[in-house]
Amino acid sequence: MAKNISFTIRYWKQNGPKDAGHFEERVMKDIPDDTSFLEMLDILNEQLINDGKEPFTFDHDCREGICGMCSLYINGTPHGKTERGATTCQLYMRRFKDGETITVEPWRSAAFPVIKDCMVDRSAFDKIQAAGGYTTIRTGQAQDANAILIPKEDADEAMDCATCIGCGACVAACKNGSAMLFVSSKVSQLALLPQGKPEAAKRAKAMVAKMDELGFGNCTNTRACEAVCPKNETIANIARLNRHFIKAKLAD
Amino acid sequence: MWLTKSSIGKKVVMSVTGIALILFLTFHAAMNVVALFSGDAYNEICELLGANWYAIVATMGLAALAVIHIVFAFLLTFENRKARGQSKYAVTARPEKVEWASQNMLVLGIIIFLGLLLHLFNFWYNMMFAEIVGTMGAYSPSDGFAWIQETFSNPVFVVLYVIWIVAIWFHLSHGFWSAIQTLGWSGKTWFCRWKIIGLVYVTLLMAAFLIVVLAFAFKCAPSLC
Ligand code: HEM
Ligand code: SF4
Ligand code: FES
Repeated sequence: MAKNISFTIRYWKQNGPKDAGHFEERVMKDIPDDTSFLEMLDILNEQLINDGKEPFTFDHDCREGICGMCSLYINGTPHGKTERGATTCQLYMRRFKDGETITVEPWRSAAFPVIKDCMVDRSAFDKIQAAGGYTTIRTGQAQDANAILIPKEDADEAMDCATCIGCGACVAACKNGSAMLFVSSKVSQLALLPQGKPEAAKRAKAMVAKMDELGFGNCTNTRACEAVCPKNETIANIARLNRHFIKAKLAD
Repeated sequence: MWLTKSSIGKKVVMSVTGIALILFLTFHAAMNVVALFSGDAYNEICELLGANWYAIVATMGLAALAVIHIVFAFLLTFENRKARGQSKYAVTARPEKVEWASQNMLVLGIIIFLGLLLHLFNFWYNMMFAEIVGTMGAYSPSDGFAWIQETFSNPVFVVLYVIWIVAIWFHLSHGFWSAIQTLGWSGKTWFCRWKIIGLVYVTLLMAAFLIVVLAFAFKCAPSLC
């Protein structure tokens, strides 16, 4: 049985990247605790619109934890606190206490400028992907699935890396604004498979160069990223990227 | 040059200089432990490491490592502050997994640097430097054993050295596995192993330094009895 909770929501308003931004507050009354966090924000926006105020802007799309668009920094944790990690859209109000103040902020990182309120520009991730996160293959008839044998462990590991949805929580959590967990997951998902191996060195160099160019920080292995990743990516991926990158540079 | 331009390259420089400094500390700790048992044996090592050309070359190499490590530490920290951006979170929660030391490496490093200056003033200035310029303090430059006794008879120095040793322990409790991770010699299985190996190694290493300081502070080293 759902029970109702009341709380104060303190949310970030900011008019574009240059604006200083500020918090606004609203008391939310009798919200059923099986409401999702984003549904709760929909209710907030209904109320704001009814009051003739500007609604609160935030990113979202699939609302089922697979697209990586939702991005809110809730009570000091990217995507809010859940047991095994989940995206903001998979966070439910039962995680909060009656009477609590809930603070909602955007991803704060120089490489992710605010577009409006809590919606940030994460196109830097797309640029890193475009720099090398693919394989160059001849298109045409699909090959027989068994033509290339792939050990089960490698396939599983590659799949785990591929579950990174590019949400940017790792960057938001990192005191260095580093994108290494994202980049290493995207490099790993291809480098672990035979189809990705021929271009592994080139890919690692190109994606790291793009990451540096776009102003992401230097990883100092604090592990804040893996603690908040909704897809449980680990810094073993970062070690793998370091290994590939160093090997590639030494071979040059 | 990728070692100075790319983020991973800069980290490799940090890692390699850091590991070299750990190896130096290992040698230094082994040497100190000798002083626990015999003043004569210790002074013989001091004699060997006096103002000989090889000791001076090694000292200069060591200084270069330290300078590179410190310069890159400030460079990386500066770049990371910039990447983090101007706007600060109003509320932050540190996840359990995140070690305190890992987020305070620069602060710990600065404490280590200050300790290093004190240490150079206490020993190097009175020993190798005195021998090079030919001055003479209260004791002979190669009488390291006397300099140890002299330094740790002062409780202020004892307290400062203990703080220094604790700061190095914290720095390396993160630094050891971090250096290995940076070089890519880690993974799902080896991460935990390196972490434990690092903690055990660094704890033994810093315990060796601590015991020598305390043994001379409380005048209970076997070599004094
Ligand atoms: C006893 C002397 C020292 C030793 C043995 C030592 C060792 C290490 C090691 C092994 C690392 C890990 C490298 C990595 O993560 O790849 C490290 C990182 C670091 N050290 Fe030191 N260090 C010493 C002194 C200093 C000093 C004097 C400073 C600064 C004033 C400093 C600042 C830093 C910083 C900021 C990091 C983190 C950088 C990063 O991980 O990117 N260290 N150190
Ligand atoms: S590594 Fe995790 S936190 Fe980072 S972008 Fe991918 S899914 Fe999000
Ligand atoms: S909205 Fe798609 S992952 Fe949350």
